[in-house]
Amino acid sequence: MSAVADTNPRVRLPQRPGAPANVVLRGARLLDPAAGIDATGDLVVRDGVIGGDAAGLEEIDATGLTVIPGIVDVHVHLRTPGKEHAEDIASGTASAAAGGVVTVLAMPNTQPPTDNPSILGSLLQRAAQEAVVPTGFIPAITVGQQGDALTEHGDLAEAGAAALSDDGVPVASALVMRRALQYQRATGLLFTLHEEDMSLSGDGVMHEGAVSARVGLAGIPGVSEAVQVARDCALAGYEGARIHICHVSARETVEEIRRAKERGVRVTAEVTPHHLLLTEGVIDGNPDPARFKMNPPLRSEDDREALIEGLVDGTIDCIATDHAPHPADEKENPFAEAPFGVIGLETAFAACNTELVEGGRMPLSDLVLRMSTVPAQVFGLPVPTLAEGAPANLAVVDTAAVDRVGERPYASKSMNAAFAGMDLTGRVVMTIAGGQDVYRRTA
Amino acid sequence: MSSARSLLGIADLPADDIGRILSTAEGFGSVMDRDIKKVPTLRGRTVVNLFLEPSTRTSTSFELAAKRLSADVVGIRGAGTSMDKGETLKDTILTLEAYDPDVFVIRHPQVGACALAGRYTDAAVVNAGDGTGEHPTQALLDLYTVQREIGPIAGLHVAFVGDVLHSRVARSGIQAFLRMGARVSVVAPPTLVPRDLASGLGTEVSADIRDIADADIVYVLRMQLERMGDGGFVPSLEEYARMYQVSHARLRPGQRVMHAGPVNRGVEISGAVVDDPGSLIEAQAANGLVVRMAVLYDVLSEAASGGGAAREAA
Repeated sequence: MSAVADTNPRVRLPQRPGAPANVVLRGARLLDPAAGIDATGDLVVRDGVIGGDAAGLEEIDATGLTVIPGIVDVHVHLRTPGKEHAEDIASGTASAAAGGVVTVLAMPNTQPPTDNPSILGSLLQRAAQEAVVPTGFIPAITVGQQGDALTEHGDLAEAGAAALSDDGVPVASALVMRRALQYQRATGLLFTLHEEDMSLSGDGVMHEGAVSARVGLAGIPGVSEAVQVARDCALAGYEGARIHICHVSARETVEEIRRAKERGVRVTAEVTPHHLLLTEGVIDGNPDPARFKMNPPLRSEDDREALIEGLVDGTIDCIATDHAPHPADEKENPFAEAPFGVIGLETAFAACNTELVEGGRMPLSDLVLRMSTVPAQVFGLPVPTLAEGAPANLAVVDTAAVDRVGERPYASKSMNAAFAGMDLTGRVVMTIAGGQDVYRRTA
Repeated sequence: MSSARSLLGIADLPADDIGRILSTAEGFGSVMDRDIKKVPTLRGRTVVNLFLEPSTRTSTSFELAAKRLSADVVGIRGAGTSMDKGETLKDTILTLEAYDPDVFVIRHPQVGACALAGRYTDAAVVNAGDGTGEHPTQALLDLYTVQREIGPIAGLHVAFVGDVLHSRVARSGIQAFLRMGARVSVVAPPTLVPRDLASGLGTEVSADIRDIADADIVYVLRMQLERMGDGGFVPSLEEYARMYQVSHARLRPGQRVMHAGPVNRGVEISGAVVDDPGSLIEAQAANGLVVRMAVLYDVLSEAASGGGAAREAA
């Protein structure tokens, strides 16, 4: 029994209509480890498909640049419906395109929550008109994310749901979670779980550790995440179900997942760029600490090291951003009152390239697997590839270019970036998603 | 961004600055012995006291401190969080900027509120208590009290007893005594101690009340019932009193007791200890005024701006 699914043909990933890309990228490094490609040469995209005749196509000198399969981000908040002032499908997916992301999956904690086939249907319809990159939706596990009644998992699967999640509001009842896991045998839909025992998190707003002790903010302990993961791994193992753990943040959780995988539980996990790069230390004495407020919180250096080790050894399978836009007005409040969340689509590649590749923790080829190939496989989505005949889903990156985050305007409607002001190495120059030419960096 | 010197917390206050404020307070102490207890030092300056959480002693002593220094004082009280009122703290500060204040003295139920306010004003901001964060003027008056009543702080052993988790008094006090060279320990039920207090602040932590034995000062913390929510931190206040109450039976002769008030008699401290003339509790209450005068003077003092003459001389 594998933790990875076959491609789920029912998942719908609509994108707005657009002209197919027609371009030749000359002299680039072509890197697609899953397809065994690592060579310098030309890449032809004709009518939105990789390969074919280069004659008559626009030519781009890509010398010194690298072409990789585009990023697949399985954890994004598009804030639609209900919070379109923070983000909408058009702006969120434009932000994705600017980050080299060719597929996003949107979480259901919207207003109202995406918890029935008609809301899902209307979102899929809107995405088919507005989404810059192919966009899928993850409806709620329970009605209203209330943790009581299951949503219509079968109907949602039929309507094209990509997975199910009560993101942000973990399923508190073990019984409800067990029934959902049992029902997976009828629907095949993956559960992607924000793991937190709310009785342990209480009114916590940051990591429970040395910094919270010093500044006096209520803490969210690492074990709050780990005990819920332990519960759900036990349930998934018992039911033979498949689960995916969202945004792992604590060493205890990494260890829990490692043990579960060793005993054969079909569990996969993701980690965010901000948890890989930042720790609780950035909050201490910072004049604008709410910029670093997210859930799960930035934890200790020891936790951060455990996340990197877990990613490197495969305990954590992939990277996802948890892109969570909030308007500046809402972040300009005392820390405890400011909302949880940071944006991340546009900086994910640069952040991970800086920390992991430049930092010597993994080669670029492994980073490509963890940001593109593996998340697609885990969620049963089409895997972006540079192989001949595949639809073009790629990013052109300059792995050496350094940008200071925030110096250029964000494509997102929101600016709550934890990396703002940091110099990151790695720049997305061009993105082709769903065969369409969706992003080119200017200047 | 506040361009004036602010007092946001003890965390970022160097020992030299603490020493300068304490010696300024000594100077104002002599003024309080005169018949006319008012000096013209801050004539023409405006102090806004913004108290968004209940307070009696702190707000009164700040108001009187500003008046003794001849400043114009505007007092504003409110309740609840800024968002509950519909107006954000940012907008409250921007509105009060119309009075062109020199100092905002702010008490607020949320940690970091004073630092946030400082982003939207050029006036100095003095933290008069931000939720469970810091209460730096309390810590300064505690240091002042110990210096006057006992002597130099360096080398003393101060034991904080009780609800450290919810206490801004403890958070500021522990850092202040450590910075001035004292040894600081904490004795408390394990449920009321932040998990990483020892590494975060550099204190010893014990769950056994007998470990106050070798402290020179026993600093008793109020059980903050209002911050405990559904409770469960201790099984009952009666058991807490039996296990942790600071009473004469647990003190040895010569140990001095402090409490920032208001006290819960018979809970964290026995009534007899409160009333004991050897305790420093009354002196703490009395010293709040001169220390807050010194703080207002210090944040507005030309000599002190940009690092301070005292710091340069040191």
